[in-house]
Amino acid sequence: MGDHCVGVIVVEGEQAAVVVDHGEDRDWNFHRHRRDDSGEWSAVEDQGRIEYAGGEQSAGFKFPIVNFSDPRERFGNRPDVRYRQALRFKDLMGDAARVSMITSRGGRRVYHEQEHTNPNVRFVGTDENYLTSYSYEVAAGRPISSDDVDFARSVCLIGEDIRKKLFSSKEAVGGTVRIDGNSLTVIGGLESKGSSFGQSQDNIIGAPISRWFNVYGRSGRSISINVQASSAEEMEAVHEQTIGTMCLVRGLLPEDGNNFNTTTNDSVMKTFDQALNTVVIGAFVISAIALLVAGVGVMNIMLVSVTERTREIGSRKSLGARKKTILSQFLLEAVTLSLFGGIAGILFGIVGGNLAGQLLNAAVVFPVGWATADLVVCSGIGTTFGLYPAWEASSLDPIEALRYE
Amino acid sequence: MRDPGELVIDIADVTKLYRMGSEVVHALRGVTMKIHRNAYLAVMGPSGSGKSTLMNMLGGLDTPTAGYYDFAGEDVAEMSDAELADIRNREIGCVFQSFNLRPRSNAIHNVELPLIYAGVRANVRKERAMEALENVGLGDRMHHRPNELSGGQRQRVAIARALVNRPSIILADEPTGALDTKTGVEIMELFEDLYAKGNTIIMVTHEEDVARHARRIVRLRDGLIEADETNLDAPPRT
Repeated sequence: MGDHCVGVIVVEGEQAAVVVDHGEDRDWNFHRHRRDDSGEWSAVEDQGRIEYAGGEQSAGFKFPIVNFSDPRERFGNRPDVRYRQALRFKDLMGDAARVSMITSRGGRRVYHEQEHTNPNVRFVGTDENYLTSYSYEVAAGRPISSDDVDFARSVCLIGEDIRKKLFSSKEAVGGTVRIDGNSLTVIGGLESKGSSFGQSQDNIIGAPISRWFNVYGRSGRSISINVQASSAEEMEAVHEQTIGTMCLVRGLLPEDGNNFNTTTNDSVMKTFDQALNTVVIGAFVISAIALLVAGVGVMNIMLVSVTERTREIGSRKSLGARKKTILSQFLLEAVTLSLFGGIAGILFGIVGGNLAGQLLNAAVVFPVGWATADLVVCSGIGTTFGLYPAWEASSLDPIEALRYE
Repeated sequence: MRDPGELVIDIADVTKLYRMGSEVVHALRGVTMKIHRNAYLAVMGPSGSGKSTLMNMLGGLDTPTAGYYDFAGEDVAEMSDAELADIRNREIGCVFQSFNLRPRSNAIHNVELPLIYAGVRANVRKERAMEALENVGLGDRMHHRPNELSGGQRQRVAIARALVNRPSIILADEPTGALDTKTGVEIMELFEDLYAKGNTIIMVTHEEDVARHARRIVRLRDGLIEADETNLDAPPRT
């Protein structure tokens, strides 16, 4: 299968975006096309992969969109959330909630005079509500204003990481940075937010979304819209209104069904919980296998011990030890052995947890439940896998055992 | 000759068969004997004569294939494993050629073991273990481990362990086999002393010198009693 055009998504003035199917999996690329003077279309540049598989929108506070489980294919042929739709949406929502638009590209390099950053900066195109929605604070200068957006001003906010890298000793506000060939004036610096999931949140640069589109073009970009209700009580209503308004903007009929996706903090948390559950189940399966292996190890050690102590068992029996006595003696030894392992595991967990907590800057909690479970499971392992060796020991013929060399 | 005491062991026509692969070995072919309380008996015989099998059977470690074994009025052939264990624990004190002491426990703890199986309380246990050790002349070695004791002392610990539950009989399997002559003589003196105190001693040996201490000598050959005689050479009763 060679390259073939799947469809022209939008024609905007002199530009068009063409979706090209490269024939492998879902490797669809956008190509920007431009009509030249003679009226012919020609590809301008590769615009990169589809970053957003459909309209996504997050209503709520602080949290970016998290999507762990939904298969991309389901949303593959949904229309993008276009800038005009986002503007209309924002307009229609009015004072009901704080609406911000976000679009971004990662892996950018930012320059200032002779200095430049690593090519891992996220360049965000957004509006005046972005900072509040994502709880950034302006450390110096001013935030992006709605005028900056309206007039597509060449201004930007820079994250702490970038400020340190490019303006180590200088005043950043008022300086000029270049990104992908565009000069932007720094109007403010963001206060450090640290990192989340091991990813720095300070390695970003933000510009008015209109300016951002001037850099990368509008076509083929789907905008994420963040809607923030003024209080938790209003969340539900605002969420309803968000869906309604989006349908209106898209001109959807009730029977059409939604061709966009909304996510709330709650659902983000839910998704996150689901992901966590998966991790827990995974850990459970892995530890079950590890326990099985450990159990076989315990059994092996106990069998060796029984063989080595055959004479001792014979002598104990000749002194009047019953079958039951020998059985419980060896079971107790197996359980003790396993419990030592369990306690070592808890200590190892405490040390490892504290180290990880130090590294990730997270509070460390001692999981009493899991520790108890650890001891219970270890006793169980000792009993289960110690039973066979203990039975072997108790069933030894005392005469044979005494004669054993 | 003294009056025989109460009957402790009464075996009649005992046979024992072992299956070794496809071969059937007749270890005992019909042994009949009675042992009374406060007897001092030596079982002698060449290897393969069945003396170890007889010993194991008397010690409650084995049951006869056919025949009758009555221990202090109870039929051993009918006993369950647990009942046999109790007989071994309370009625029979075993002394082995190789001592069979627990190497990491001191003398007191070694002697205490049968009392633990008998369910005796900890403080009583310690007292009785110390008493038993004093009886065998090890009052000053109670806290020593086996590897800190000489061979003779180790065998004394083993004898103390055999005595601690006040058994009906002491069963000694080649008790001097691992000891030098001088120490062996000391152990035999200890047995003499225990016999004088009223204990019943059954001893398996192949040394005539050792057997000579016993008051009665039973000679086995090919699973049958060849001779069962009173030992006229025995030292006079003290």
